[in-house]
Parts: sequence; C-alpha cells; structure tokens
Amino acid sequence: MDKNQEHLEAIRDIRTLMERSSRFLPLSGLSGILIGVWALVCTAIAYSLLGISIQDPGYHTLLLENGQLSTSKFPLLLADFMVVLIIALSTGMFMAMRKAKKMNLPVWDATARRMLTNLAIPLVAGGLYCLILLYRGEISLIAPATLLFYGLALLNASKYTINEMRFLGILEISTGLLGTLFADFGLLFWALGFGILHIVYGILIYYKYEK
Amino acid sequence: MKNYIDDINKAFESRVRLGIMSILMVNDFMDFPSLKEQLQITDGNLASHLAALEKLEYISVSKQFIGKKPNTSYAATDIGRKAFSEHLNALERLISISGQ
Repeated sequence: MDKNQEHLEAIRDIRTLMERSSRFLPLSGLSGILIGVWALVCTAIAYSLLGISIQDPGYHTLLLENGQLSTSKFPLLLADFMVVLIIALSTGMFMAMRKAKKMNLPVWDATARRMLTNLAIPLVAGGLYCLILLYRGEISLIAPATLLFYGLALLNASKYTINEMRFLGILEISTGLLGTLFADFGLLFWALGFGILHIVYGILIYYKYEK
Repeated sequence: MKNYIDDINKAFESRVRLGIMSILMVNDFMDFPSLKEQLQITDGNLASHLAALEKLEYISVSKQFIGKKPNTSYAATDIGRKAFSEHLNALERLISISGQ
C-alpha cells in the first residue's frame, strides 16, 4: 500500500510540474472584471465627448471635419482610449503579481515570457494595422479591428496559459467581425467586447479558481 | 502484475529525474536556471541528475552564449519521451491494479 501511495504522489508531482512549467497560471479573474469596468467607463466618456447617445449611429462621422480628422474631438478621444489602455495594462500586471505571490509562483519566468511574446505579436500587428487605417482615413474600422487583433492575440497566447482564454479570444474575434459589419455601431461592439465580455470572463475565472 | 513492475523504469525512480522529464515533455527546451526554479533543488543535485539522464540519452544538451553568459539548455530526446511514457503507463496500471 505504501508503494502505491508513492506512485500516486509521483503522478501528482508529474501533473503539477507539467502544468506549472508550460503555462502561465497566475491570471486573475478580478483583473478581468476591473478591466471590463474601465472599458465601459472609457466608452461612456467617448460618447459624452462626442455628444451623442448610444443609440445614435455613425459616431465616426463626428470625428471627421471636411474629410480631415477633427482637431477638437479626435485628440480627446484618443487620449481617453490611451489613458484607459495604460490603466488596464497596469491593472492586469498588478493583479497578476498579487496572485502569483498568493499562489507562491514566480510572476516573471519562462512561461510568462512565452505567453507575453505570443500575445504581443498579433497585438503589435494590430496596432500597426490601426495606424494604417487611421492614415487612410478608415476611422470606422479601427474600433472593430482592435477587437479582432485582440481576439487573435488571446487565441494565440491561450496555448501558454489557462484554457479559458481561448474562448474569450474566439468571442472577441466574433465581436470584432460583427463590429466591422455594423461599423456605425463600432463603439457599442467595442464596449461589448472589451467591457461586457471581460467582466463575464473575469467572474467565471474568479468563481472557478479563486473562490 | 509482474511484467508491469518490469516496465517501471529504474532511471525514473528519483523524484528529481521524474521532475526533469515531466518538464521537458511539455516544453521544447528549458535552461538550467529555469529547471532549478521549477524543481527547487540545488545546482549540484540538479546537475548530477541531468548528467545521468544525458548518459542514458534521454535528454540532449545544447550550450550557447547569450551575450557573454554561457547558457545551457536541455531537451527530451525521442528515446527519453518513449521511455518516460512507458514508465507513466506502467505507474498507472500498477495503481489501478492495487486500487481494485
């Protein structure tokens, strides 16, 4: 019986090491919820900057004045999104560090580097693509493009972290496609993808791993 | 039951070697410091088990320089992967037999 216990422990060791050494695990559900909330706040600010309500289509036409980017509204809107992006990234990093400490795992190791590299490649491509859209004046496609590339990035990184990220990625891609189809409501789809989906995902992760 | 015990590979009886192989099964390669961090053991202990596995040709070693620092990384060979899978199967069968 003793021998049996030993074998069982050996198998448990193997499972833990296989998972721990190949996947980045300290992703926090709470940070998903917080990031979702920041995205909703960001969208609300965007709508009030543009001075329209959420049923009004064609938000992107307000950013153009005689075919040129509006010098009054566009910089404010850009600042809104950039500030929220920085806050969201810091939230994610801070919460991951907190959770790693709690789980007694290193926060910056080979798994973290591998996950971030795989996340970064589609994201950088997406960032450049959005700059090209901006340069070509295709303003209405920028918001859904951020969803598409973010979804592809998550899908790509999901091999190196918790499995649930894969489903979030697929949902973000779908939202991005719908947002491209109904580009007049791009901001709403952006709020759905970065806001609502993150909150739902965060709650699921929280209940599954942190409760 | 006897032949199952024959399948238990003596090379993997040490927990450290089991750990090394587990990690290298799911990672294409891993360097010395990362292995050490995952397994939480001393340099000497890790080095001697790595040498033993290398001698059996279960793992391959590649040395390179990152800047001026030498960096040694390890990968499981096909022989090593096969031996480790057989060992795991034997373990599982043993447990399911004595569990009955």
